Amino acid sequence: MYILSTQASNFVSGVDKAFLIILGISFLFLIGLTLTMLYFIYKYNRKKHPQATQIKGSTTLEIVWTVIPTILVMVMFYYGWAGWHFMKKAPEDSFNIKVIARMWNFTFEYENGKRTDTLFVPKNKAVKLNLNSMDVVHSLYIPSFRVKEDVVPGKEKMMWFIPQKEGIYELFCTEYCGLQHSYMYNWVKVMPEDQFDNWYADTTRQETTAVIESPAASGKRIMKNIGCFACHTVDGSKLVGPSFKGLYGEMQTVVTGGQERQVEADDEYIKKSIYDPNADIVKGFNKGLMLPYTNQLSEDNIRQIIEYLKTL
Amino acid sequence: MQAATPIPTDVSYLEYKGKYKGIFSWIFSTDHKRIALLYLYSMMVMFLVGVLLGLAMKLELIAPGKTIMEAKDYNAVFTVHGVIMIFMIVVPGLPAVFGNFLLPIMIGAKDVAFPKLNLLSWYIYVLGALLVIASVLFGNGTPDTGWTFYAPYSFKTGTNLLPAIFGAFVLGFSSILTGLNFIVTIHRMRAPGMTWTKMPLFPWTLYGTGWIQLLATPVVGITLVLVSLERIFGIGVFDPALGGDPILYQHLFWIYSHPAVYIMILPAMGAISEIIPTFAQKHVFGYRAIVASTLAIAFVGYFVWGHHMFTAGMSGTAQYTFSLLTFLVAIPSAIKVFNWISTMHQGSIRLETPFYWAASFIFVFMIGGLSGLVLGSLATDVYVHDTAFVVAHFHFIVFGGVGFAFFGAIHYWFPKMFGRMYDKGLANTGWIVFFIGFLALYAPMFYLGMKGMPRRYYDYLPEFHAANILSTLGSWVMAFGLVIILINLFRSAKHGPKADKNPWNGKTLEWTVPSPPPVENFAETPVYGEKDGPYEYQ
Ligand code: HEC
Ligand code: HEM
Ligand SMILES: [Cu+2]
Ligand SMILES: [Cu+2]
Repeated sequence: MYILSTQASNFVSGVDKAFLIILGISFLFLIGLTLTMLYFIYKYNRKKHPQATQIKGSTTLEIVWTVIPTILVMVMFYYGWAGWHFMKKAPEDSFNIKVIARMWNFTFEYENGKRTDTLFVPKNKAVKLNLNSMDVVHSLYIPSFRVKEDVVPGKEKMMWFIPQKEGIYELFCTEYCGLQHSYMYNWVKVMPEDQFDNWYADTTRQETTAVIESPAASGKRIMKNIGCFACHTVDGSKLVGPSFKGLYGEMQTVVTGGQERQVEADDEYIKKSIYDPNADIVKGFNKGLMLPYTNQLSEDNIRQIIEYLKTL
Repeated sequence: MQAATPIPTDVSYLEYKGKYKGIFSWIFSTDHKRIALLYLYSMMVMFLVGVLLGLAMKLELIAPGKTIMEAKDYNAVFTVHGVIMIFMIVVPGLPAVFGNFLLPIMIGAKDVAFPKLNLLSWYIYVLGALLVIASVLFGNGTPDTGWTFYAPYSFKTGTNLLPAIFGAFVLGFSSILTGLNFIVTIHRMRAPGMTWTKMPLFPWTLYGTGWIQLLATPVVGITLVLVSLERIFGIGVFDPALGGDPILYQHLFWIYSHPAVYIMILPAMGAISEIIPTFAQKHVFGYRAIVASTLAIAFVGYFVWGHHMFTAGMSGTAQYTFSLLTFLVAIPSAIKVFNWISTMHQGSIRLETPFYWAASFIFVFMIGGLSGLVLGSLATDVYVHDTAFVVAHFHFIVFGGVGFAFFGAIHYWFPKMFGRMYDKGLANTGWIVFFIGFLALYAPMFYLGMKGMPRRYYDYLPEFHAANILSTLGSWVMAFGLVIILINLFRSAKHGPKADKNPWNGKTLEWTVPSPPPVENFAETPVYGEKDGPYEYQ
């Protein structure tokens, strides 16, 4: 149904059918009742109908309009149940991926050790996501697959689906989880099985995001998600750390082992500032505040961050 | 009660001062009518704050990226907006204002059963409101958890949450005491001859609501106390880091907060059930069916809270049971709509402002209710839960439902309350502008939710932009309508032409006493005879 998002998984038909039936019946009632009401208001206006006829009710009508809606809601209930109940149990042979949600990003861990922040999945194969939260309640929502499940700390939960259409789809956090909740989104990339297998087998290349945004845009998003802007600004003002405005390519005064020196803020310097922030301390700032991001950011991510910094 | 100086029966409650002067004649008055106005004015202030916060959110969302505020501020704004609107406006809403003013008069009593308790409820309300305001103005940061205070985020946030939670807790007591007062009043103080089946429908809905207030509010009270203890002492009930269960929190929260929706909506339905017969000059259609559906909603409404948690992690059996029950609770609401529309059939309809509000209430309430079916059904709820669709749904129900009924009620009972009439042309203009703005503001959110835009999002992807622009424009139109309505009412309360005792030719008892009513309402206790009833137009 075009009014919902793209149809890309095995759950689409059941869910969209339930939508169609419920919305269909609802619109019939809404339009029917509204028109009846408007007709009465017009027909029984004081000017046309100066004397009301006192009718106190009708048991037959009360029964009719209790029974018919009851039947209709049972029909709706049935279709809602039918489109949903097989979401509860994943097939035995599903492809397992571990999801780690934290404020404010998702990480996907594959059984062979690959870690990504875009969800890569094979087409036409059951995929089961095992959901873990490191902090608060999040919710993983993939509109095009018609699935959503809260990610609750301390609870073992899962969701599953069979992607049925190649493409790149949105993936959101839908349970409010604090400051950057609205930036806690990413993408799902559905690949044909052979292509997926190649991608999966290649553990040397840590390609973590599907290239769909400009690298600078991804860089900005990554920085928002991971919380760099809690300490850095892009408008020249100082917070805990220096502003990124005009940083890239300029000479920066840093303190290295007590020694002041000038360095150019190039790719190497920025990468070092993120992986090993306490080696060179920017003059006027304190050591030990920024922690190394070695485990959270891949080299790819750093490249994207650099692209973003270049734009400032 | 001062037996020494008899209270005059020919002085209106607005003029009679009692022992005190000036403002004290209001804040020390135990007259249910004065207390009603105290609530009306204090709620008006809070409502305007809430509306301004809502408008600020809509302005922020007019374009992706930052428009007027940072994410931190947006999160605080929707939290305070939600807390104000739910705990201070729609929950007390119609019972506190119109229930207080009209319940005793409509059942032929001099006052509520416990007038002093009634005044105490208002003090508690003000105290709760002040606590919430304090949480905004003082301490380290405005609360940013959403009005749902979900664990464990509510333990992780560094903001000033405790006063807000305590404020909501205190407001709960006001609600419980009002409910208790109304239940006793209805049981003990009906006029001679007014049997249960001759009681008007608005008091009936207050009765249903009273029971929910009494039985459900303590649950949220206890829950909020547990949250506070957990934040202060780390007792480990809800926080998984301490071995607690965050899902338990959600259960406890919704066990109250779902019935709370019915606390809000039942009296709104009651007001509509008074307005429509009066303007159709016709006996209400299906009196018994409306009463039965009121009680059915109040009762079944206790057992459907799980529909807020379909994605939270419950057993499959629990999930489809809650879904089934949710569908069942839809039926009594549908029955009411059928009866209201049938009341218009063969009527003699006078098109006045309260009737416009009532008819548009039926329309927006149907949209709210029908969209609720989408949320009650499992497959579809999983898709739209926690998206803009839900935001549209509850604004259609609580704002479209309670809000429209409130405006209908104020235009209906205004001449009784203030003894003056408002400018009808201006009132109708305000209504139509507001109505159009309302639809433009919230209808796009249904669309956004169906496209997958999550709620409580400070920023959004470009594909959601167009509908958000429309929604923001709608918020301005609606605000303009609201300004017209309020200016008209405020001016008319002072300067409007004097109103008759019974300007709409209503048949319930409040129309038999002068406008504005004297302190003890009736010079002589009214008596219902065999043939009398609240909707006997012949
Ligand atoms: C807890 C606060 C904090 C957070 C979070 C933080 N930083 Fe820093 N950052 C600092 C401080 C303080 C400095 C200056 C001291 C130093 O050089 O280590 C700094 C320095 C830097 C520098 C060198 C800037 C210059 O002007 O030479 C870069 C680049 C940088 N951070 C990038 C990042 C990125 C990218 C992130 C997010 C992944 C991040 N920071 C998150 C506090 C923070
Ligand atoms: C001018 C009128 C109003 C406007 C413009 C408005 C707008 C909004 C917006 C934009 C949101 C945030 C949606 C999101 O989660 O992303 C919101 C949330 C909310 N609104 Fe309103 N609203 C208005 C009136 C009301 C009224 C009258 C009520 C109560 C009946 C109400 C109750 C709520 C509640 C409970 C929330 C949820 C807060 C939360 O997520 O914690 N609003 N509103
Ligand atoms: Cu989130
Ligand atoms: Cu509910």
